[in-house]
Amino acid sequence: MTTLAIIIVYLVMVLLVGSLSHRLSRGTGEDYFVASRSIGPFFLLMSLFGTNMTAFAILGGSGEGYHKGIGVFALMPSISALVIPVVFFFIGTRVWALGKRHGYYTQIQFFRDRWNSNILGLLLFVVSVALLIPYLLIGVMGGGITLHNITAKAVPEWVGAVLVTGVVFAYVCFGGMRGTAWANAFQTLVFMVLGATTLFIIVHKMGGLSGAIAKVQATHPELLQRGPARPGGKSLISPVRMLTYTCIPLSVGMFPHMFMHWLTAERAAAFKKPLILYPLCIAAVWIPSVLLGIFGAAEFEGLKGPAANYVLIRMIAKHAPTALAGLLCAGVFAAIMSSLDSQALSLGSMFTHDIVRHYGFHDRMSEKQQILFGRIFVFAVLALTFVLAQVTNRSIFRLGVWCFTGFAAMFPVVLAALFWRRSTKVGAIASVATVIVLWTFFFTKGWTNPAYTVGGTGVMPVVVILGASAAAMVVGSLVSRPPEATTVSKFFRD
Amino acid sequence: MNGRLPPWLLVVLLVLLYLLHNDIWFWSDARIVAGLPVGMVYHIVYCFAATGMMALLVKHAWPSHVDDDEESDG
Repeated sequence: MTTLAIIIVYLVMVLLVGSLSHRLSRGTGEDYFVASRSIGPFFLLMSLFGTNMTAFAILGGSGEGYHKGIGVFALMPSISALVIPVVFFFIGTRVWALGKRHGYYTQIQFFRDRWNSNILGLLLFVVSVALLIPYLLIGVMGGGITLHNITAKAVPEWVGAVLVTGVVFAYVCFGGMRGTAWANAFQTLVFMVLGATTLFIIVHKMGGLSGAIAKVQATHPELLQRGPARPGGKSLISPVRMLTYTCIPLSVGMFPHMFMHWLTAERAAAFKKPLILYPLCIAAVWIPSVLLGIFGAAEFEGLKGPAANYVLIRMIAKHAPTALAGLLCAGVFAAIMSSLDSQALSLGSMFTHDIVRHYGFHDRMSEKQQILFGRIFVFAVLALTFVLAQVTNRSIFRLGVWCFTGFAAMFPVVLAALFWRRSTKVGAIASVATVIVLWTFFFTKGWTNPAYTVGGTGVMPVVVILGASAAAMVVGSLVSRPPEATTVSKFFRD
Repeated sequence: MNGRLPPWLLVVLLVLLYLLHNDIWFWSDARIVAGLPVGMVYHIVYCFAATGMMALLVKHAWPSHVDDDEESDG
């Protein structure tokens, strides 16, 4: 019960931080959805980073480390440390400028305006919601399962799911984007500090770093390299797989919740420090996550498939005293909630602006109505996610990489929107349609086989879908009429 | 020379850093360096190199028209 008490105290603190932000509310739609574009460098870094670090990163990272060893650090975080800030640099700063100039709140508004196409807007809306809902599910289910495991199954999974969704709803509903940014900053600091603390304590209990490594060398030496540990053995991760996996982090260019956070920056220069510090934040969170998964392999034998996603929780429960276990569990909650809040708010914003405001109110909606609908949709999204979490199989965690694949494959859309004047709505629609068809094709082939690669070659499906999507954008644009000069001049300055 | 690195050099550095990510030379190397497997140490150092790359981009290739937008709107 001590663990539960600590977690509840932590959740109350998050609520307090979120509610403090409410005092600065200006009562406008712009304030609710993009914090009046007033977020400075520190909160921007914490928001961008905290939003991207999900249950998938914290729990899934250690689970993958358990199965695949050190190669996981190369596969996911180290390439993200380069690709994600580069995307922020080339895409995020430009999106911020256009968002400020034309008053955008959502990604769909931008794309619809850029190519003068309601059809494209609707298509992107449907695809983005379909890819984002499973991503939210991962967070809600992660909260439930974490609490269930850390309390030795004394607390049912639905209680953790209720706590996570309830607290996120409270501060997103009342604090909007500013509440989300403040709570994100607090929670990101919490999970960064507690991640390092967890590693330190567990490694100390295992006889120091050399002791922990020695245990892995004795039991699972293959986890300390990527190639085969014995002659004739198999690589845990192939070089081709790692090379093609580098496309996955491009997904941040199309995440609706990242887009929304870019719009919150107070000025372009607010991006500078977050861009530089982002890679170090990634290292700070993923080093403990992957290492604890590897060390867990020496302590808990035989965890199959998704069961390894909870090796981190098991390590905490085994090595940390009760009070600390509560704190460390709070750290996992922090990682989960700091993503869930932005995702729920971005979906609420999309339903409000891209459907109700655009079609129901013909883009004329009072500030109060915008906030009211935003709150209603945030509630609806979280409630739906909670219900789905109760009836969905845990294999949903496998969906994580498929969500990233879908968003990454749509990267040519944002690239063309910002850098290619000749691109047209036909090209953009062809690109998204290609992603839908090929994603569905590969998903049906790869869903039952987590190690699926194209034709068994090691090539990740994202490469094929991304290439086809880019080709569709180019061909579709070139065979259709060039865009109107007035449209182009709205987005490009000579 | 205004103290800024030329764009082509930044592109070359960025591509080089991307290529260096696939460290096939450490693939089957399980040596322990600084307490950790060398393959992991390499990628921790890689994160620091990415920070350096971003610092170069911010200093030498900052999209000035974005700042122009800010000034004209402010």
